[in-house]
Amino acid sequence: MAMATAPTTDKSEQAAAPARWQDFVQLLKPRVMSLVVFTALTGLICADHAVHPVLAAVAILCIAVGAGASASLNMWYDADIDAKMRRTRSRPVPAGRVQGADALALGVVLSIFSVMLMGMALNWLAAGLLAFTILFYAVVYTMWLKRWTAQNIVIGGLAGALPPVIGWAAATGTTPLNAWLLCAIIFMWTPPHFWALSLYTREDYAKAGVPMMPVVAGAASTRRQIMIYSLLFTPLCLAPAFTGLGGPIYLAVAAGGGLVFLVLAARLARSHAGDDLGQRNDDGLYDVRVGAKDARNMFAFSILYLSLLFATLLGEHLMGVRPLALLGALQR
Amino acid sequence: MSDPIRETEAETKARRGRNIALALGLILFVILIFVVTIVRLGGSVTNATTP
Repeated sequence: MAMATAPTTDKSEQAAAPARWQDFVQLLKPRVMSLVVFTALTGLICADHAVHPVLAAVAILCIAVGAGASASLNMWYDADIDAKMRRTRSRPVPAGRVQGADALALGVVLSIFSVMLMGMALNWLAAGLLAFTILFYAVVYTMWLKRWTAQNIVIGGLAGALPPVIGWAAATGTTPLNAWLLCAIIFMWTPPHFWALSLYTREDYAKAGVPMMPVVAGAASTRRQIMIYSLLFTPLCLAPAFTGLGGPIYLAVAAGGGLVFLVLAARLARSHAGDDLGQRNDDGLYDVRVGAKDARNMFAFSILYLSLLFATLLGEHLMGVRPLALLGALQR
Repeated sequence: MSDPIRETEAETKARRGRNIALALGLILFVILIFVVTIVRLGGSVTNATTP
């Protein structure tokens, strides 16, 4: 699919309301930022390496600001798409409250500051990974994949999956297997999560010309692919208990939650979610047509499950719960 | 676009808010760099002796 027209800034010339500082905060997508902070903190704590608390806080701040910077760059470039979708049309740039050029400037400045501070305060491996993540999200995902292929969120999911690796690298200066395992869990979680959402916001993506899987391959194919990814994702969530990362509480949460995840994916696969392209009554993310409730449930539970997995790992490492390392036990 | 000389009350309020937020951001950044420098240098600061 050809790239859509380049974003323009003149829409903001018609701005009705002056830009408030809160609009610039909104450019940083604070809700997404909070999830990034949470997963990065889990990576940093799970590294089990003594870091000065001030430097640990600076590392998390750099990752948060870096995530905000890439969000601002995304909002600059995607203003044309955002203006066509109910979920995003009230964002500062499409709504005309902030000029596109200002969003671009904010993104570039915060990217440079976050990467440089990470390098100088922690280490350059973490800074390099942070720079790669920002560039991957802003350039590879936003400018290329998103408008070009139905695999956009699959490949682009790497950007959202890297924060725990950056956190781990910030603490230790290395990225061992367990850090990449956390990355793999988020990476495999992304397709079921976003495709469930896109099943019941399909008409929005179609209108904006974004080739999301339900738009390109149809709802039935998307529901099948969600099931396939769920079958791969849920066993992967058990892996930390085998590699010396997760303890008994983690194993229980991962197994129990994984079963619920699979049940919801199976229900969604049998449903007709995303089949009809009618209009919804409102803009609510969770208030959907009756037929799409299975997709909504899958979307909501996916957030809860990932949060529980990382919260459990975080809790176990903070409380000093001994990891299981079942792989070592099996080898013995 | 409105005349920058004769801005409305809402524009003045929004501009003041942006300026205060920017000033606070800069002050926090300076403090952050100072604290990080002290932490990174560690004992080299407190134990330093003049030649």
